[in-house]
Amino acid sequence: MNNRDAYDTAMNEITQLIQQIAPDAQIEAKQRLTVTVRPDQLHPVIEALYGNETLCFDYLISLVGMDWGDRLGAIYQLSSSVDLTREVIVITATADRDNPLLYSVTDLYGTAHLNEREIYALFGIRFINNPDMRRFLLNDQWKGFPFRKDYVHDPKLNPETVVSSEIIDVAPHIVERDGELIEESVAVFGEEDYIVNIGPQHPSTHGVMHFRTSLDGEIVKKIDVHSGYIHRGIEKLCESMTYPQMLHLTDRLDYLSANINRHALCMCIEKAAEIEVPERAQYIRTIMDELQRISSHLLAWATHCNDLGATTAFIYGMREREHVLDIFDKTCGGRLIINQNVVGGVMFDIYPDFQKDVKAFIPYMRRRLKEYDDFFSHNAIALGRMVHIGLLSREDAISYGVTGPAGRASGWSCDVRRYKPYALYDQVEFKEIVRTEGDSYARYLNRLDEIEESLHIIEQLIDNIPSGEVCAKVKPIIRIPAGQFFQSVETGKGEFGVFIESSGDKNPSRVKFRSPSLSAVSVIPLISQGAFLSDLIGITGSMDFVIPDIDR
Amino acid sequence: MLIYSQPLELTKLLAAIDNFLQGNLTPGWTVLVKGILVGILILAAYTLIALSLIYIERKVAAFFQARLGPNRLGKYGVIQSLADMIKILIKEVIQINKADKLLFYAAPFFVIVASVLAFGALPFGMNLHALDFNIGVFYLLAVSSLGIIGILLAGWSSNNKYSMIGAMRSGAQFISYELSAGFSLMTIVVLSGSMQFSEIIEGQRYCWNLFNGHLPAMIAFLIYLISGHAETNRGPFDLPEAESELTAGYHTEYSGLQFGFFYLSEYLNMFIVAAVAATVFLGGWMPVQIKGWEAFNQVMWYIPSWAWFFGKAGLLMFFSLWVRWSFPRLRIDLLLNLEWKYLLPINLANLLVMVVIVLSGFTLTDLFPALFGK
Amino acid sequence: MEVNDIKIKAFPAEEFKDNDTLQLYIDELKKAGGSVIVGKLDQLIDWGRSNSLWPIAFATSCCGIEFMAAASAHYDLSRFGMEVTRNSPRQADVMVVAGTIVNKMAPLLRRVYDQMAEPKYVVAMGACSISGGPFLNSYNVIQGVDRIVPVDVYIPGCPPRPESLFYGLLQLQRKVKIERFFGNKRIKRNYRPETLVHPETGETIDPQIDFDNE
Repeated sequence: MNNRDAYDTAMNEITQLIQQIAPDAQIEAKQRLTVTVRPDQLHPVIEALYGNETLCFDYLISLVGMDWGDRLGAIYQLSSSVDLTREVIVITATADRDNPLLYSVTDLYGTAHLNEREIYALFGIRFINNPDMRRFLLNDQWKGFPFRKDYVHDPKLNPETVVSSEIIDVAPHIVERDGELIEESVAVFGEEDYIVNIGPQHPSTHGVMHFRTSLDGEIVKKIDVHSGYIHRGIEKLCESMTYPQMLHLTDRLDYLSANINRHALCMCIEKAAEIEVPERAQYIRTIMDELQRISSHLLAWATHCNDLGATTAFIYGMREREHVLDIFDKTCGGRLIINQNVVGGVMFDIYPDFQKDVKAFIPYMRRRLKEYDDFFSHNAIALGRMVHIGLLSREDAISYGVTGPAGRASGWSCDVRRYKPYALYDQVEFKEIVRTEGDSYARYLNRLDEIEESLHIIEQLIDNIPSGEVCAKVKPIIRIPAGQFFQSVETGKGEFGVFIESSGDKNPSRVKFRSPSLSAVSVIPLISQGAFLSDLIGITGSMDFVIPDIDR
Repeated sequence: MLIYSQPLELTKLLAAIDNFLQGNLTPGWTVLVKGILVGILILAAYTLIALSLIYIERKVAAFFQARLGPNRLGKYGVIQSLADMIKILIKEVIQINKADKLLFYAAPFFVIVASVLAFGALPFGMNLHALDFNIGVFYLLAVSSLGIIGILLAGWSSNNKYSMIGAMRSGAQFISYELSAGFSLMTIVVLSGSMQFSEIIEGQRYCWNLFNGHLPAMIAFLIYLISGHAETNRGPFDLPEAESELTAGYHTEYSGLQFGFFYLSEYLNMFIVAAVAATVFLGGWMPVQIKGWEAFNQVMWYIPSWAWFFGKAGLLMFFSLWVRWSFPRLRIDLLLNLEWKYLLPINLANLLVMVVIVLSGFTLTDLFPALFGK
Repeated sequence: MEVNDIKIKAFPAEEFKDNDTLQLYIDELKKAGGSVIVGKLDQLIDWGRSNSLWPIAFATSCCGIEFMAAASAHYDLSRFGMEVTRNSPRQADVMVVAGTIVNKMAPLLRRVYDQMAEPKYVVAMGACSISGGPFLNSYNVIQGVDRIVPVDVYIPGCPPRPESLFYGLLQLQRKVKIERFFGNKRIKRNYRPETLVHPETGETIDPQIDFDNE
């Protein structure tokens, strides 16, 4: 009760603060504090929330571009780095569809940069004062803005081609000087720069990332992140699908945490449609999530070692991962993508020997963790390649929204399982692994330690799975009430969120996935500046991102 | 000195061929035919050793990684490399428009010629030695450093940034580690008092140089293994072709047979380094013998000298593979630090210590002539 | 030569599914004729080629992870001599397109293909690279990589299991084994580049053009 009161007091303070700055803002205290402001008030309001001393809203969870038909706008989900349960939603919109302009918040949040560029590519909204307003996911030549409701795809306008276009390293941007808007362009690289394209087809970019890197000898001077080489428009596809149909697309975002992603979407729909999930399903979901996390961390460990040149370690990681995949395989026939979570519970019950297999896996994995420790964690060369490399400070981690093992390696306690417990995470005991060094090695160790914690969680649950139904009765066509819904989970990479705006129909009117990998990538240019080329590869390995999750 | 029975040695066969040629041809023709025969033999051995090394490496790597390795072609996949060779021989060689043509085509030849030249000077067994210079060690060091020219040319002429970075790394790495390799071999030259391989081997009849020069020799051996490993561009020193950073490093743009040359010479260089280490430190083809134990020595001599040579070299190569498949890759600054801040100073001091030991008679042969003396 | 003459170790011909298609290819090549000596040499070359398919993984998404799993300890691609993944397309023989290809990636896929040395093969792994898969209706997804490059083998699945990948690669081996090096008789490949348009001029592009001018 006290907590509730303290929460209300803090939120009242914030309401008053907003009212001072923007008297005509509409403030609704629904599940979360929702503030709708005029575009010109947006920056002052967010700046005040950011600078608020009692409760500083310094973490931009996600930035959602919106098209409400008559208006184009953006939704800012803000939270506090010290208490992730506090959230404020700031909504703004402009009626100008031909030249929509909003104010950028890149000066406050590092993660806003790529998000705003993405919104420009998809919705055509440009952001004033963002230093680099190139399109992020699509080519510069793309005609039209695909996420607008009035966009009709015409293969004649945007044909598929095999002729590659030149990359133009000139970034246009709009700046406001003395109350005037000035359009300028700046060169991204100097004329004499030695630019190497790392990616999109490169063995160590973990997919199709494209870093245009300017080098001084072996030293990285500047990195320009290009992405969108696997932008499939999943969020747009979702708008034409019913809710159960959307599920399989989440698996193909961060395919290493496929089951956890799907869990997030299921929970979001369940929360909105008020569906009760049976106890047994919750147990299965939690155990499966943790197994998935182990496999995701194992792969991250393996590829990180491979990036540092240790091929054998890579194979070892993959070997242990197969044991997890075998359990998945026996449960539902899938290996990487298991299609288990559905709205209302899980599709398949566990098989009779499930508990036996999982219990055999736990000591096996512990032995292997020991082996990794002996084999790689204290190797002199490995230490030389990881310790004090790619330093990410706590402030930068928060500013760029780097969550997951990488964020926790910088001393930011940001585990969604702890702050916003879902499924059974409020009933199990586990330690949140936080390190303060902020280097590659801390991220590396965090993953190995989290595998141990996941084993610990599974141990607590595996013997207590209650009997009963595994799936609630759900209508084949689910309608969720009009409104905005958000649910986040902790995947192997960090905080993954699902945002649904519904108009009460059987399709969502807007879906947005908060990608932990996007944050991880957006911070790479910062932390690998001045590092060696080899270390750039090592740092990308230690950040552990998955490209289809970034491009969506 | 007793003459031991040596049933499997090739000495008699060689003598017979020699007699046959001399009996039927004029001396000039004899030399020519012998030269051609030796050339063919060396090229054949070169290919055979490279192919089997490729197979061995793949198999050993597989076992380190809990896999099986190639097992479809022949028993245990032994002729896998043969299939690879056939494929590479008839694979298209891509003409690259914007490359520097002459240098681009010359580069693989530099690499392969350097390794063939070094390979030809190795003493494979008793009397199995194409050239026995009085400056054998020096010659070997000289020709094996030719290879780096090929690598630099390849990186430069490819007109590819990855290749360029790879080649520059290789240049820095090779020149640095060549110093260490040279100095550690010099240490042994000081110990054995000769640069001629046959003399160095003969000097190790009862006591390998590794033990004869005890502490400094062992240090030199370690340094030679490290720097030799680094010279061959193999993990953890494989920076020039660092797969995860530079896709394929200096040979990114090479295809078909040209790539095959780089691929072969990489393995052959590994063999050469192991062979030189075995010859200089571990007694080369000389069987293990103990003074006075004639029966034991006779048993040892039943094993032919070339088997000893390949056995010792093989052991060192296995060690090299072990290292390669266990360690992550070094970074260029760590790599150069290791050489210039540690190996080179240690090496110089070590050379000095060796000179003192040899001059003051503290080698094992000098201390215990009854046991180890010649 | 009949389908049953194509020997794959430990896999009898009748265990493969589409023997009829392969027989059609064989018949087609038979019409071209050829002498016995050349035939023997061809067999030797095909033996070398088919057993030394070095892949380059054009991995964009989930299928790439299954490719990695196939190369790792549990499944072990190296048994077939295919573990030598070359990261430089110049040195690779078969490009495994593992994952969705979108508009922005299509030119790069083509470029990597053009950079490969002949003989080169393409395996389309997974539903996305066959047809666009679950993203068929997207505005940005290429509906099958055979619109960009000729494809030899399709491996269905989303993502295909490593076993399927092996099956597909063995099928590719069978296809390679009926080729003729002399006379340059290649097997037919699937290629349907109907809508290739130049981005600036809007003209249709001749699909046979080799864009590799570097």
